[in-house]
Amino acid sequence: MSVSHLAPASPRPATRRDTGSGTGGAGTGQPRRRRRRFGSPWLALLAWAVGLIVFFPVLWMFLTGFKQESQASTDPPTFFFEPTLEQYRAILGRDFGPYFLNSLSATLISTALVIVLGTPAAYALSLAKIPRWRDSLFFFISTRMMPVVAIILPLYIIAKNLNLLDNVTMLALVYTVMNLPIAVWMIRSFLIEIPSEVLEAARVDGASRTTEMRRIILPMIAPGLAATALICFIFAWNEFFFAVSLTATQAPTVPVFLVGFITSEGLFWARLSAASTMAALPVILAGWAAQKWLVRGLSLGAVK
Amino acid sequence: MSADLATAASLPGRRRAPRKPSAATRWKLRGPLLPALAIVILLTQIPLLVTLYYSLFSQNLLRPGSTEFVGLDNYAKVFTDGLFRNAVLNTVVLTAGTVLFSIICGTALAVLLDKKFFGRSIVRTLLITPFLVMPTAAALLWKTSMFNAVFGMLNWVLSPFGVEDLDWVSQFPMASVILVLTWQWTPFMMLIVLAGLQSQSPEVLEAAKVDGAGGWATFWQITMPHLRQFIELAILLGSIFIVQTFDAIFMITQGGPGQATTNLPYFIYQQTFRAFDVGESAAAGVIVVVATIVIATFALRVISRLFREEG
Repeated sequence: MSVSHLAPASPRPATRRDTGSGTGGAGTGQPRRRRRRFGSPWLALLAWAVGLIVFFPVLWMFLTGFKQESQASTDPPTFFFEPTLEQYRAILGRDFGPYFLNSLSATLISTALVIVLGTPAAYALSLAKIPRWRDSLFFFISTRMMPVVAIILPLYIIAKNLNLLDNVTMLALVYTVMNLPIAVWMIRSFLIEIPSEVLEAARVDGASRTTEMRRIILPMIAPGLAATALICFIFAWNEFFFAVSLTATQAPTVPVFLVGFITSEGLFWARLSAASTMAALPVILAGWAAQKWLVRGLSLGAVK
Repeated sequence: MSADLATAASLPGRRRAPRKPSAATRWKLRGPLLPALAIVILLTQIPLLVTLYYSLFSQNLLRPGSTEFVGLDNYAKVFTDGLFRNAVLNTVVLTAGTVLFSIICGTALAVLLDKKFFGRSIVRTLLITPFLVMPTAAALLWKTSMFNAVFGMLNWVLSPFGVEDLDWVSQFPMASVILVLTWQWTPFMMLIVLAGLQSQSPEVLEAAKVDGAGGWATFWQITMPHLRQFIELAILLGSIFIVQTFDAIFMITQGGPGQATTNLPYFIYQQTFRAFDVGESAAAGVIVVVATIVIATFALRVISRLFREEG
């Protein structure tokens, strides 16, 4: 059970309807009598139809990855076919590995850095009540709103002078800075939900700040930290602009790998679909796992 | 530069601390914040100052030694550049179009998902997936499998309506990009509006029902005012992200045909990495930052309002 359900200390209204995160709408704290098991069947039908239409392109990408090239571009489309792993084998044989590893290391390094740097910062901006914290808080978020195109040239030149051009470390640093504001706001939103009684009790017992952090705060926000990490992972994994501007042959990431398909567009649809599926799958799975927290991350912690 | 707008936005809600802690205490409290602050300043604010500096010089990386101070000439050039104005216009159309369609679809879907029905969590999972697909992969997917004139899914679905071999990307480039972006951003809008819907207190809705208000009246008179700030937040955050759209343009149209879909990020990217015209691209960058500050100030006001009760 996450911290967010410790309702009394929450600054948000304590009465909340079901967050819709459980299966079939199993929420907490709602009177039983108000719940009908299923709503109108027409509503369900409509919702399922819309859901499937919206999802269809993704499904189609997934299916096309298992086709032969001749089945991938037919008019009318081929719906029934014998699946083959040929395309996946071809992609994996065609140096997909290094791209995947570059993406993975840049993403994991930056996510780790974001959590390590972001947690103390969020702590300072919430529980420590530093003077003028609002200014620092809004400064953080304003950096995320700055158009990245405006700073790409200096970053490029700095990277070049430091010999960090086309380098995973540089990419990881840039992703860290890109995700820090989101992480700080998100972690902060978890921190301010810790009931103040818990912290007071710890202080009465004579716990030092470090002990308090290690023994009380960190365990309580652990699920929040995991959610923050997943969301930073999503943003870093999907990032394209920095990757295409700052890397060339040594550190290109998965999105850059996909660029290679523009030139051969239309010729290798099945292969392209297999590659796209492999590129997108880690984030889709992470996002499905983190969907309960997705909105908090997307709204920078402003909405829970 | 960004710090200014932060200060501006926080002005209304700021309160004086009741007592002033000593300087040492204050630094101790700030300590945990400093590493994060330092790295963010190092990699965003300093490059921004460098961009500002570059924007005052005429410099082309393809012609070394050609650097000279030109004052505001680059800005004058950028403002009179037809391509730049075209990029501004495209950016406005692209952003406004995408935000408008995705907030409408997102709100509708949120209302749908707020109801109870069989398999709701699965449908929600299906609906958020477009947002998770890597944007470059999504762009390629649409460009090849959906938009293609001969084999595209879109033409096949529309063939009963007489659409046979429409080449979407070359005939309606902007609309095609907006369609893809709307597909990608609707889940974002949906999730925020859904959070708004579910934070409504059930008592108020119950009371409205007891008072005899119909579903429609309740929605417009109670739910909509409550949702307003969530919709504002979704629109503003969405705008800030969508203004920066680069992946979809790069992958689907390369800014074309001609300059039909060149937006500001793509324009500046081209100036920087294809033409290496440092001065002008820097000036364009600074202009974009100033424009963003205007939008972002509004965004921060809205967020600031959402945070007000925490003082």
